[in-house]
Amino acid sequence: MLRLEKRPQPSRLWTYLTPVLAVVLTMLCGGVLFALLGKDPVLAIRTIFWEPLFSEFAFYYRPQLLVKGAPLVLIAIGLSLGFKAGIWNIGAEGQYIIGALCGAGVALAFYPLEAAFIFPLMVLAGGLGGWAWAMIPAILKVRFGTNEILVSLMLVYVAEQLLASMSLGLLKNPQGFGFPGSRNLQQYPSAHNAELLAGTGMHWGVVAALIAVIFAYVLLNRHMLGFHIRLTGDAPRAARFAGVSPTRLVLFCLGVSGALAGLAGLFEVAGPSGVVSIDFNAGYGFTAIIVAFLGRLHPVGILLAGGLMALTYVGGDIAQSKLGLPKAAIQLFQGMLLFFLLAVDLTTNYRIRARRKEAS
Amino acid sequence: MKLSKLLATAAVALGMATGAMAEDKTKVGFVFVGPIGDGGWTYEHNKGRLAVEEEFGDKVETVFVESVPEGPDAERVMTQMALEGADLIFTTSFGYMDPTINVAAKFPNVKFEHATGYKRADNVSTYSARFYEGRAIQGHIAGKMTKSNIVGYIGSYPIPEVIRGINSAFIHARKVNPDVQFKIVWAYTWFDPAKEAEAAKVLIEQGADIILQHTDSTAPQAAAQEAGNVYTFGQASDMAEYGPKPRISSIIDDWAPYYIARTRAVMEGTWTSTDTWDGIGPGMVGIGEISSEVPADVKAEALALKDALAKGEYHPFTGPLNKQDGSAWLAAGETADDGTLLGMNFYVEGIEGTIPQ
Repeated sequence: MLRLEKRPQPSRLWTYLTPVLAVVLTMLCGGVLFALLGKDPVLAIRTIFWEPLFSEFAFYYRPQLLVKGAPLVLIAIGLSLGFKAGIWNIGAEGQYIIGALCGAGVALAFYPLEAAFIFPLMVLAGGLGGWAWAMIPAILKVRFGTNEILVSLMLVYVAEQLLASMSLGLLKNPQGFGFPGSRNLQQYPSAHNAELLAGTGMHWGVVAALIAVIFAYVLLNRHMLGFHIRLTGDAPRAARFAGVSPTRLVLFCLGVSGALAGLAGLFEVAGPSGVVSIDFNAGYGFTAIIVAFLGRLHPVGILLAGGLMALTYVGGDIAQSKLGLPKAAIQLFQGMLLFFLLAVDLTTNYRIRARRKEAS
Repeated sequence: MKLSKLLATAAVALGMATGAMAEDKTKVGFVFVGPIGDGGWTYEHNKGRLAVEEEFGDKVETVFVESVPEGPDAERVMTQMALEGADLIFTTSFGYMDPTINVAAKFPNVKFEHATGYKRADNVSTYSARFYEGRAIQGHIAGKMTKSNIVGYIGSYPIPEVIRGINSAFIHARKVNPDVQFKIVWAYTWFDPAKEAEAAKVLIEQGADIILQHTDSTAPQAAAQEAGNVYTFGQASDMAEYGPKPRISSIIDDWAPYYIARTRAVMEGTWTSTDTWDGIGPGMVGIGEISSEVPADVKAEALALKDALAKGEYHPFTGPLNKQDGSAWLAAGETADDGTLLGMNFYVEGIEGTIPQ
């Protein structure tokens, strides 16, 4: 029999090993799943993980990994700050939508004026929009002690309704024959978040994601506020004795995560997506939660996890069309990743011991 | 610029390669917005795909990706299909419009077919179905079958296609039952069983004994079944498993003939960019079996209406018709032109409530 024994200190080794182990376990179980579906498991796993990076058409897929990964990383970095301090922003999807709406709104208000200030103004509006949307659960929490998990999550659905209303009304393309959806910002040079170098997938959102990673790293390791965040998460009582203001922390963490989610939405709507449409949001805000945990709430880890998640999306679509794998199987595969991570996480805090007495 | 050049070169090279390797095997790609098992919109498009496979056997290869979000993901999936040698790609949701145009510009040798949109190019056709013809028949049956005189309507989004359907159903319900009222609920989704069930329940509570839906799941059917004395119509797909009651008939999207014809055109090299908007006549819109719950005379009238629509003898929007505000729209005998129908953003006289903006 096996027995769990709490470690006096979380194991450093296992902290770094568990994500790798989770990926390996996911591949194994995913392989079994694919085999049960009558597909060659090795080929399926290879298609998902290898094809986007090294196949014949990798020149197209690699930039797409950046496009897919950037919003995930940008949002996850923001979320990870709060998560570290035990402040749970589950509503990044809503902040992402509002950021996109505010940014696109600015662009469309100026249309068709061509000016250099438009894009920076959109970035500002996008970040502020996401920030403001996250301030709702933040203020409700500090003033009335509401649960930020519920409030931020519920606000996602409010944001979705707002998005539908905007794409059918205020932001609707006047030349769209009554169909929902805004003008395409890709065709509005001043507002277009174009690739910085054609063919690389590098747009401002990717740059912002990389900057966010660096900032988060510095903040957490070199800055008093970062120390407070970590301290609050690890030992809330000690933090209070150390003079950490919970109110400030809640406002800061929700604000930053909201602003980053808003920026992600803005870069998406101004670049790869181009239009505000009813179904603009594709779940980045929720997937980023997985990315944050998969990356161990560590900035560099999140960068890697975002890349991995993007890989399963891009590779998953390739596997669908090349091997006929159902989408549900791919989603199950992605879900397994978080499941195994949380399961294996046990080994960070616990030791598994064989129980001698019952061994015979 | 560089990327598109690269892509184009790759596409050309690949086109030659596949041409050399697999002689005349035509590769047809499908991009779906929902899961193929949704029992509605995507389910029927996938049936069209299967029909293409059956028709041409090993002369074609079809590939598909399901539940593709409208936006950059769609663009990537289309590009991927084109890179992997698809000759013809069907993109089956309105939101794929700009991505389709973008990808088509990079792959001039690949043909694209976009459903329900309005942007075309030399290698992009559009196609849609005149669902409103089916709505006329539904309206007729609903007007005859309702006892409470309240018909519930689950709208997806207030866009021309949906508004057209509401108007068409309402006009024909009123024609046979001057007391009928429509209650309209907007679900703001194409496919969300939970929201759709909720909408159906709200309508039933408000006294509706007929539910029409412009959403794709079977949840309203299940809600009606639970309620007992409520009738429904299958949407996009036959939904026959809910017959003979509550489902008493249905509008079926039958894409198979179109998909087969377009695939054949690519094979024979006769494909050109076209705009297709077909109804009951050419078979793009089908009417599901009218169940035994419907009295024989009503069924006969409905079938006669279907025949008239199929032959083009009757147009669902034939005057005299007024707009909701009472202003004149169509004079007696006048029929609506396609332009007005495509951009329809008003209710006809008699419908209560406003179109949300």
